[in-house]
Amino acid sequence: MAEQRQAVSRPLSPHLQIYRFTITMAMSIIHRATGMGLYAGTALVAWWLIALAAGPEAYATFQMVAGSWIGQLVLFGFTWALLHHLFGGLRYLLWDAIIATSPRSADIISWGATIAALVLTVAVWFAALSMRGVL
Amino acid sequence: MAGSGNDMRTPLARVLHLGSAKSGTQDHIRQRLTAVAIAPLSIFFLVLLVALTGADYETARAWLGNPLVGILALCLVVAAIVHMRIGMQIVIEDYVIAPGAKHLSIIANTFFSYGVGLACLYAVLKLAFGS
Repeated sequence: MAEQRQAVSRPLSPHLQIYRFTITMAMSIIHRATGMGLYAGTALVAWWLIALAAGPEAYATFQMVAGSWIGQLVLFGFTWALLHHLFGGLRYLLWDAIIATSPRSADIISWGATIAALVLTVAVWFAALSMRGVL
Repeated sequence: MAGSGNDMRTPLARVLHLGSAKSGTQDHIRQRLTAVAIAPLSIFFLVLLVALTGADYETARAWLGNPLVGILALCLVVAAIVHMRIGMQIVIEDYVIAPGAKHLSIIANTFFSYGVGLACLYAVLKLAFGS
């Protein structure tokens, strides 16, 4: 039975801007973004290891770039992305184990992961700059 | 069997004799397995980075030449490239719709992941054994 197809304006599900902001929603987006950032960052890790294996000259070039203000900015971002993705990822492992799945618990561990990542990023950089004698 | 109330397959799948390829959950499980491995290894990685901040060439080489550091680095690289390949493929499959672009992106993703991973492994092994 051939039905006549006609253009009907069906209701569409609301898109991102319609929803109220929730931390779990933001974390979901940031988890992907930090994941993609870390993906690109592995090229820098490869550069670091290859430079070290290649010899003092190649390593000096890497250190010069890494030590520049833009290099430091990228490394700071990489540190935060790694820690945020790490703590955000631990949340997923908890949820896989059916732990903290209520909306309230999900919000709490999401804020916890966000704050833990920020605090540890600062701690790591405090330690690193102390090592270098800057602080 | 066929026609029983427990058969979840569609009539088309039944006719074509197509069932599950039995590997549908492989990436899902592997993503979580590598995540469990990476969690402690990334702490090792951050400690290594802090320890080597501002270190000269000889010191950095000595650290990476240490067997324990080398083995942990190998573990991290292997777990990380598997994890990141799956993660990026999921993102590609979500957002890249056109079949050609999708498959090319997935191929590029695989090449990048294994390329970077093998480069890291080569460097770590050279630091461990090479002169």
